[in-house]
Amino acid sequence: MQQVHKPPEFKGAAPILVMERLCKSYQLGTVELKALRDIDLTIGAGEYVAIMGPSGSGKSTLLNMIGCLDRPTRGTYQLAGEDVSRLDDDALSAIRGLQIGFIFQSYNLIAQLNVIENIEVPMFYQGVGERASEQRANELARMVGLGDRTKHRPFELSGGEQQRVAIARALANNPVITLADEPTGNLDTESGREILNILDDLHTQRKTLIIVTHDHDIAKRAQRTIHLLDGQIERCDYNERQ
Amino acid sequence: MRWFGIKKTLKLGLKSLWMHRLRSTLTTLGIVFGVCSVIAMLAIGEGASREAQAAIARLGSTNLIVETVKPAKEQVDQSQQEGAISYGLTYDDAECIRNTMPEVEVIVPVREISQEARYLNRQTAIKIIGTVPWYTETSPLRVLRGRFLSSYDLQYQLAVCVLDYEVAEKLFAFDDPLGKDIRVFGNYYRVVGLASQAGKAEPTDTASGHTPSGGTDSRGVIGNIYIPLTTAKCRFTETTASFSGGSQSIEKVELQKIIVKTESTEQVLAIRDVLNALLARLHEKKNDYHIIVPLELLREAARTRRIFSIVLGSIAAISLLVGGIGIMNIMLATVSERTREIGIRRALGAKKRDIIVQFLSETLMLTLLGGILGIILGSIIPSLVNYFGKMPTVITGISLVLAFGISGAVGIIFGLYPAYRAANMDPIESLRHE
Repeated sequence: MQQVHKPPEFKGAAPILVMERLCKSYQLGTVELKALRDIDLTIGAGEYVAIMGPSGSGKSTLLNMIGCLDRPTRGTYQLAGEDVSRLDDDALSAIRGLQIGFIFQSYNLIAQLNVIENIEVPMFYQGVGERASEQRANELARMVGLGDRTKHRPFELSGGEQQRVAIARALANNPVITLADEPTGNLDTESGREILNILDDLHTQRKTLIIVTHDHDIAKRAQRTIHLLDGQIERCDYNERQ
Repeated sequence: MRWFGIKKTLKLGLKSLWMHRLRSTLTTLGIVFGVCSVIAMLAIGEGASREAQAAIARLGSTNLIVETVKPAKEQVDQSQQEGAISYGLTYDDAECIRNTMPEVEVIVPVREISQEARYLNRQTAIKIIGTVPWYTETSPLRVLRGRFLSSYDLQYQLAVCVLDYEVAEKLFAFDDPLGKDIRVFGNYYRVVGLASQAGKAEPTDTASGHTPSGGTDSRGVIGNIYIPLTTAKCRFTETTASFSGGSQSIEKVELQKIIVKTESTEQVLAIRDVLNALLARLHEKKNDYHIIVPLELLREAARTRRIFSIVLGSIAAISLLVGGIGIMNIMLATVSERTREIGIRRALGAKKRDIIVQFLSETLMLTLLGGILGIILGSIIPSLVNYFGKMPTVITGISLVLAFGISGAVGIIFGLYPAYRAANMDPIESLRHE
């Protein structure tokens, strides 16, 4: 079904993420495993995109690629106008810290830190000052509805609350893109909906959001759903927002 | 890194260590004992060596001391028929040294007699030192009150004496000793001065036993009284009789010691050789004298001390090494246990350097904490040894700095590898780690 390479047309705001013919392959013994094959993807500023696909389709690899945790084998990846596909480890760390916000399925809070301190972690690595960092962390905690639980440690919080802390943490440095990997996967429906509502709010604040899920209902909240299959983009759906 | 960064890193490190209190404590113990043993051993070693050196230094580093020794049995037998065994240094020896060795600055002949001194109804065992006025030039004797013996005393064989402070205290509880007469062996001696043996170390002469008296011996001698040599010569016999195993032996000894002082320490060894040659001629093959060279003893002590330090240093180094390996072991376990945290931090923007700093500072905190505890414990132990073991100990500032520095170095050396491992983990892999 793939003909001559031709980037799909992109309608919308100024592109913030541009991937061209991006490939990622892993060497497993003598076999070369192609996790991503010729990905062409453009995401505009303020867009809300869902990525779907069966397991093994390359979702995680694509997410790691977008999150600058991994480098492509071939092709280019431009994030906010900068080609990040050939940067060294330190530069990638800086980009992760400044431009990307991560939200994980299992929250991934740091156990020995309290709510505020967890939110402060990304700012700490960017050298944000003590006062500014604390103020911002408190602000974010209030925003996700945890203004009164700032001194609690992760094990004292429910799953939904932990995920809200994780969202606050992801937003700490005002990233260009926020990545959410199955953010509701470990949550009950009620807490899951709360989290999704927060994400919707972020979208209305013109944040660029990318969410990985295999739940069609969740994907429908996004403006566009990208379906991955065998390391390739199978199709793109534009959703009508309810 | 800025101050806030350091503060935050330390705070985080403390939190992580606090999460595993027991583990941190046990890990630290290795360093605590290592540092503690360094300090305690150095303190004990330093104390012992200082005491030895002080004792030797009291003999004077420019001095040579020729002592009378009782010759071996078979050599004695030849002169047995005379009834009395005559051996040891003589007035002629002293005279001969003075006449033939111009390099020698001062010669002090010394006679020592053990006796009892009395004043009114008080009495004490003492040692009489019959000597010359220039005795003070060769020994660190300090005249506290009155005067030392004079050449006038010597010339006219006057019955005067100078008391050691301890003796005066024992004999004269409340009276002023100066001008009073004490009785020794039926004769009276007027006290003209009080002296003290400067730098006298407490209880006994551990180092050599060569010190000019000092301390209490088995007979309870508490100090010396000094009288003119001439007076001693005419009032006390040179022969002593002793009974052992049913047979009587009579010995005749003129002088117990001749102290020779040289101008400088460089001459000491050369003069020792000359002196040895001279005395060998005078005494033929009697072998009844012995030359002590305090300078050599000092050098010997310094050598001993160096060996001592090396041995102690090695023991301490080994214990610190063991502690360090323990720390490395625990840190490696900690790193693998916290793989996920490392992954999270890397995803949130931590550079490899940040991860290294985090784990290294944790290790450093552990070891420095251990260092501080070790210093405290290591400072207490020597004073316990001092109190219960009656051994002098000296804690030097250098040993504290050294111990603290070493514990820091152990932290860095044994913390680097685990920190490096943590930093080089693949972020994706570590995020997936359960």
